[in-house]
Amino acid sequence: MLTSTYQTGTSPLHRSGAGAKLAGLLVFSTVLVVWRSPATVLVFFVLVVGLYRVAGFGVRTLVSQVWPLRWIVVFLLPFQWWTAGWQFSLVVVGTLVVAVVGAALISLTTRVTDLLDVIARVLEPARAIGVDPERVALLLALTIRAVPVIAGALHEARDARRARGLERSTRALVTPIVVRTIRHADRVGEALAARGVDD
Amino acid sequence: MIQIEGVSHRYGDREVLRDINLSLVEQRVGVIGANGSGKSTLARLLNGLVVPSAGRVLVDGMDTARDGAGVRRKVAFVFSDPDAQIVMPTVAEDVAFSLRRHGLGKVQVAERVLEVLRRFGLDGHADHPAHLLSSGQKQLLALASVLVTEPKVLVCDEPTTLLDLRNSRQVVGLLESLAQRVVLVTHDLEVLHGWPRVLVVDGGRIVADGPAEESIGHYRGLMGAGRPC
Repeated sequence: MLTSTYQTGTSPLHRSGAGAKLAGLLVFSTVLVVWRSPATVLVFFVLVVGLYRVAGFGVRTLVSQVWPLRWIVVFLLPFQWWTAGWQFSLVVVGTLVVAVVGAALISLTTRVTDLLDVIARVLEPARAIGVDPERVALLLALTIRAVPVIAGALHEARDARRARGLERSTRALVTPIVVRTIRHADRVGEALAARGVDD
Repeated sequence: MIQIEGVSHRYGDREVLRDINLSLVEQRVGVIGANGSGKSTLARLLNGLVVPSAGRVLVDGMDTARDGAGVRRKVAFVFSDPDAQIVMPTVAEDVAFSLRRHGLGKVQVAERVLEVLRRFGLDGHADHPAHLLSSGQKQLLALASVLVTEPKVLVCDEPTTLLDLRNSRQVVGLLESLAQRVVLVTHDLEVLHGWPRVLVVDGGRIVADGPAEESIGHYRGLMGAGRPC
């Protein structure tokens, strides 16, 4: 969910507080899972599509949130159909898709910093047992930030492997990614220290 | 004022800086030297990223070893790889991240962020994913993110190394326009023309210290280039 990017807007969803939206998502997902039925999936799907319209997003944005799930859907649907019947398979896959699209709507309408503020606030009581909520929020931010960096490393390592005629070598793919990721982590740590994050 | 008093530093058995004594008061100070000469370590000493093995570094009287946090509020640091410095997913959020522990309200943070983004020509990208910016824009963002806290000194360790000529000129132009004191570590000797003070580091020692033309001439001689600057 957090890897989707915030899209600017002035819709009621954009203006709502991050805490309220996360609480709404929790209720939404719970109801979706507890009252699992084709009717529930259909009603929630219509609801999510309506919310996307309210937030000012079109079909393309909606589809782009589902697209990363395509392979899971392709494998899960026939498997569930075969083991538990068509109705159950539609409910399982439908629940997954609607839940992901609903969660993506939060990150499309909420800045990550606002989400992190909520997470830090929610984790505040954990300070009593030695958990630093700001640090947990920072950890989440760094994880999100690492996604495009590692994806870039993967892309370059794949090209380098091809350039050396080693298309089938796993080592030629994995080693540079691991090295770059560790080096990146080291540099990020140094940059954070320079910005006084640890002070 | 930055005062470096009898500083030596070693990484394990390797001594990278030897008995450095400097007093930096100029608005623009350049640092040049071959790879591995110790210039990046020297730069890292200035905001307490590296604490010296011997001697001390004082920033406005504050010892970097004892009051690193206070020093870092005064001395900002920019690295050569902007990707390692950008922490948040979008441009505005990354700048705002620097103000997270400054006790400012949301409106104040938003105002300061917008102001600095305007100054760096990034206001049109405020809500864009940071990883989609060009290399030059990423380096400008890295600069904006550290300058939003209004430090007194900016230390830059080869900030143009990964940039093309156009982006490099843009970043250098911006550095030159800053009101802050700038300490610039670079291999780009052209950038330093006219600077009042340039240090040449070689083998962990300061081997030349003077106006740009003089120091660059010394450095060229040292590297065997022998050409006039």
